[in-house]
Amino acid sequence: MSKVNRATASQSLSVSFTVGLYGIAFGAAGIAAGFSILQTCALSLLTFSGASQFAVVGVMGAGGSALSGIATASLLGIRNGLYGLRMAPVLKVRGAKRIIAAQVTIDESTGVAIGQEDLGNHAMRQGFWLTGFGVYFFWNIFTVVGALGAQAMGNPSAWGLDAAVPAAFLGLVWPRLLGRFERILAASAVLIAIALSPIISAGLPIITTALLAVAFGWKARR
Amino acid sequence: MSALWIGVLGTSAIAFFLKFMGHSIPEKYLTNPRMLRINTLIPIALLSALVGVQTLTEKGKWVIDQRLAGVIVALIALRLKAPYFVVVISAALTSALIYRFK
Repeated sequence: MSKVNRATASQSLSVSFTVGLYGIAFGAAGIAAGFSILQTCALSLLTFSGASQFAVVGVMGAGGSALSGIATASLLGIRNGLYGLRMAPVLKVRGAKRIIAAQVTIDESTGVAIGQEDLGNHAMRQGFWLTGFGVYFFWNIFTVVGALGAQAMGNPSAWGLDAAVPAAFLGLVWPRLLGRFERILAASAVLIAIALSPIISAGLPIITTALLAVAFGWKARR
Repeated sequence: MSALWIGVLGTSAIAFFLKFMGHSIPEKYLTNPRMLRINTLIPIALLSALVGVQTLTEKGKWVIDQRLAGVIVALIALRLKAPYFVVVISAALTSALIYRFK
């Protein structure tokens, strides 16, 4: 990692911090659901995938079995596998580095990486690693804060975090939405995922839109 | 081992397995033009869908609230070519203000 692009670095930091702050909400949610501080922190360290973590504490906290908690969380984790598919040819890593890359392959690191596409593979790699490690750092720190201080922060909505996170992702895909083709794909993905949300269980509406990407990419572009 | 620990470790093991799988598909399957196209479009579709779901749903129900206002402000900021952190902060401020005064 030689020269670090400033724009890439500042975007990585913004994303890491904004999303990391949500770790407070997760820490509090874990404790409220009856998980110990150690178990809550273990989820952030080991699972390291926000949606899956909220799912498992949500399901088990509401009295669900370990199996149903794991199943719901895993459904939400499938998209990280699809991100890995996209990132592997960019990162080109093996062995221990591939294990580390896999662990930090999440919405945020992939989002920042594809946001740097115009700057080339080097910037994409920087964006991926900086954001992957950045989110890992802040997410875990703030999970501890949330688990210890649970109620101190109050509702994340009061801080605008509920809108900051989707806005952060919107800002990441934005540079990819310059063409009409991509805009139509993105708009269709939003509509389909929202339409499916009340019908199928959490996680599935989002993964389903991967099929849309397959359909759009199948025939030659434009 | 308690059920909670099984939940924690089981979730973590599968989460890692899924992430690692994506990284382990041999590159030769991903290099034809069609796969390259699809592979580029998948994160765009997934992340767009994520924005939609985070903005307009809550626990599987459609909800219109302060989040939508925040994301619309972010959209305006993006159209005005505002720097990234301005986009995120303007969304947070909008949402927080509406939440406080509604």
